[in-house]
Amino acid sequence: MSTSAVSNRAQGTGVALKDSRQSRRRTDNLVGWAFFAPFGLFFGLFLIWPILFGLYLSFTGTTLTGAGGDFVGFENYAEALGDADMWRSMLNTLWFTVLSTIPLVLIALIMALLVDLGLPGQWLWRLSFFMPFLLASTVVSLFWIWLFNPQLGLINDMLAPFGVEPIAWLQDPQWAMHGVVIATVWWTVGFNFLLYLAALQNIPEQQYEAASIDGAGKWRQLFSITIPQLAPTTALIVILQVLASLKIFDQVYQMTSGGPGGTTRTAVLYIFETGFTGYRFGYSAAISFVFFAVIILVSIIQIRITASRRPRS
Amino acid sequence: MTAVDTTTAPVSTTPATSRKPGERRFGAGRIAALVVLILMAVTWLLPFAWALVTSLKSEADAGATPISWLAPNGYTLEAYENVLGEGNIPVWAFNSLLSSVIITVLTIATCALAAYAFSRLDFAGRKWLFFVVIASIIIPPQVLIIPLFYQMLAFNMVDTYWGLILPQVVAPPMVFILKKFFDQIPIELEDAARVDGANRLRIFWTIVLPLSRPILSAVAIFVFIAAWNNFLWPFIIINDTSLMTLPVGLQTVKSAYGVQYAQNMAMALLAAAPLIILFLFFQRQIIKGIATTGFGGQ
Repeated sequence: MSTSAVSNRAQGTGVALKDSRQSRRRTDNLVGWAFFAPFGLFFGLFLIWPILFGLYLSFTGTTLTGAGGDFVGFENYAEALGDADMWRSMLNTLWFTVLSTIPLVLIALIMALLVDLGLPGQWLWRLSFFMPFLLASTVVSLFWIWLFNPQLGLINDMLAPFGVEPIAWLQDPQWAMHGVVIATVWWTVGFNFLLYLAALQNIPEQQYEAASIDGAGKWRQLFSITIPQLAPTTALIVILQVLASLKIFDQVYQMTSGGPGGTTRTAVLYIFETGFTGYRFGYSAAISFVFFAVIILVSIIQIRITASRRPRS
Repeated sequence: MTAVDTTTAPVSTTPATSRKPGERRFGAGRIAALVVLILMAVTWLLPFAWALVTSLKSEADAGATPISWLAPNGYTLEAYENVLGEGNIPVWAFNSLLSSVIITVLTIATCALAAYAFSRLDFAGRKWLFFVVIASIIIPPQVLIIPLFYQMLAFNMVDTYWGLILPQVVAPPMVFILKKFFDQIPIELEDAARVDGANRLRIFWTIVLPLSRPILSAVAIFVFIAAWNNFLWPFIIINDTSLMTLPVGLQTVKSAYGVQYAQNMAMALLAAAPLIILFLFFQRQIIKGIATTGFGGQ
């Protein structure tokens, strides 16, 4: 349909449209809710209801069998706040988040900057860095349990020439969290890499041209154009990465089961264990909400930091 | 590109063929960059290579010290034969495919309809409803596992496809992404059709959806990959071996296989293969899909 035909028709029926505005309002109401309804059904049943029901559960002593569903007030929360294992799992989670976020942002940035230089082999770089992201966590865990094997693993074998004694990566309390972090960085850095790459390709070329006319070298351009231009992207990637890292469960469950000695037991793993191993649904729900509170707190802190930085740039 | 660049940027002293000044030159800096890139790519591909080589060894060679890329007893497909001979992998692959496709279709359908309502239909309660949907993005799905499992017990959906699929259909970020896209479609296109008497559903189907193909495929790719690889919920809700998805099935055999390293790696690679093959064919679309959906989609 051509544009002129569209505008002609719209003009001709302008009056009629005005008259029918009231009845249109009513049908809009009906149609609007009808369009929303299918999503609303899933949203209500599998998101809103569970979160409210979970809140209720957290004030009861419910177990898997449904027994002990009595209202216990804040007992679960009081227990959680005095539970050393709970605090330890929160601290482990925060520690993992710090350890993983830094390389996941920095390495992704370096990868994107290098690939954006336009060197030959573009598809190969993208393929290598992004392919691990397509793997299920169980595949990643199988790969890395094997790579980290103390006697038969490739990692220790490659470190041996440098005089490194064999490390029991996933069994040694000192190394287990680092092992999980290394596997995680390998697995998910490709996602942040793609986001950075997309952002890099949006930086206007003229800025670089102007800078090179002014005599700015490549390194100067990197630090005075590229990095500042990427600041909003970096802020977003950090926020998303922190949120993703806080939710870690798969790798620790599969690679270390939270061990050794609870050094890699994260918040979600602790929720899972109290719920599905200890069968204490009420208590597990309470820990879920403590964890939710931690996530909201971290999000608020991050948003405040980002917001306070913005005016300066 | 060349012609356009020289006319719009006549001041530029560097050859306009390059995307950035000096790009074509192969100085020491670029060679150093290339070396670093190659090292990083090799590092990132190494786990795949090691898994592949291990899977092609006999169990005796895979468990032998000192470790080696070579197989004294020769490379063999034995591990693959053993793994496939047990019969579970095809069943799990089918379950993964079926559940991921249904989740993707339902998610796209429900989210697109809701996004269109938020974008175009001025219905009562639209504002606060949209606020609730957006605010819910902050809720981590992991927080819901306990009440959701309890709910599934009540619905009799534990160990069923329904229990596996339905809770994974809710994706508020996708509503947000699609609404943003619909907002940009010129409203005149729809007004014309409405004058012609087309109802909203028809307009949505014949005008809006065809125009939204790029964003719909981006969302579909994202949802499909997430569903295909999802572990926590399928692991909780499915106990029956014949209903397991690939990631969940793999977790159960991991402990069963123990020290059979070649079979472990063969299993892992077989599970990884479908998405990697898909990626090799649709690399451009997948990368674009992830990049456009990425920020709102996690």
